Amino acid sequence: MGKCFISNNIRKLRFSNDEMTQQELADKTSVTRQTIVAIENGKYFPTLELAFRISRVFKTPLEEVFTFYEE
Amino acid sequence: MYRREKEIIVTLISMTLIMVLYSLYVYNKYIAVNPEVINDFRFWGKAFLILIPVTIVTIIIIYIIFFIINKIVTNEDLPQVTDERDRMIELKGIRISHWVFVFGFMLAMASQAFGLKPWVLFVVLFGSGFVSTLAEGIAKICYYRKGY
Repeated sequence: MGKCFISNNIRKLRFSNDEMTQQELADKTSVTRQTIVAIENGKYFPTLELAFRISRVFKTPLEEVFTFYEE
Repeated sequence: MYRREKEIIVTLISMTLIMVLYSLYVYNKYIAVNPEVINDFRFWGKAFLILIPVTIVTIIIIYIIFFIINKIVTNEDLPQVTDERDRMIELKGIRISHWVFVFGFMLAMASQAFGLKPWVLFVVLFGSGFVSTLAEGIAKICYYRKGY
């Protein structure tokens, strides 16, 4: 099994959703803004529960928010 | 700096102050007066038991002062949520703290196995408790900086 990567489009999705701020997204998903920052920068991979909550906020399928790929 | 990082730094500074001041107090009040007391198990039992409420009360007072000062300076409120990342970092910090303390516990037991005086056991236990708290705080700051 190769090395895995998970990227995300949260920044793009925030801008396409009325330029939602990180704090607004954090409030809607019941996490801190620092967690959203860490996810956006690819420093923290959220649990499945939080990933679904984020995708629900943007009303998009999970695969459009997060992309999984491996080398 | 992230709010939780500030809290951890306040805890680290508080713990260091408490340990240094408490050690100085115990040394000056008991050990300097009667050096033989360090071989008395009752003395060590009391020293450890008194340290627990002293630490709790002091930390609470320091936190209250910190929250007031932080509110005045930054106008931040108390954090509303402890999310999954905070909990994960907390668990990782506790795991590191436990490993450090277990290592200190082993050292304390080894000191007795090699025939050192009983006071060495208590000093090493006392020190390992302190170092494990520092290790937990430093690890948590590193995790917050690193992202996870």
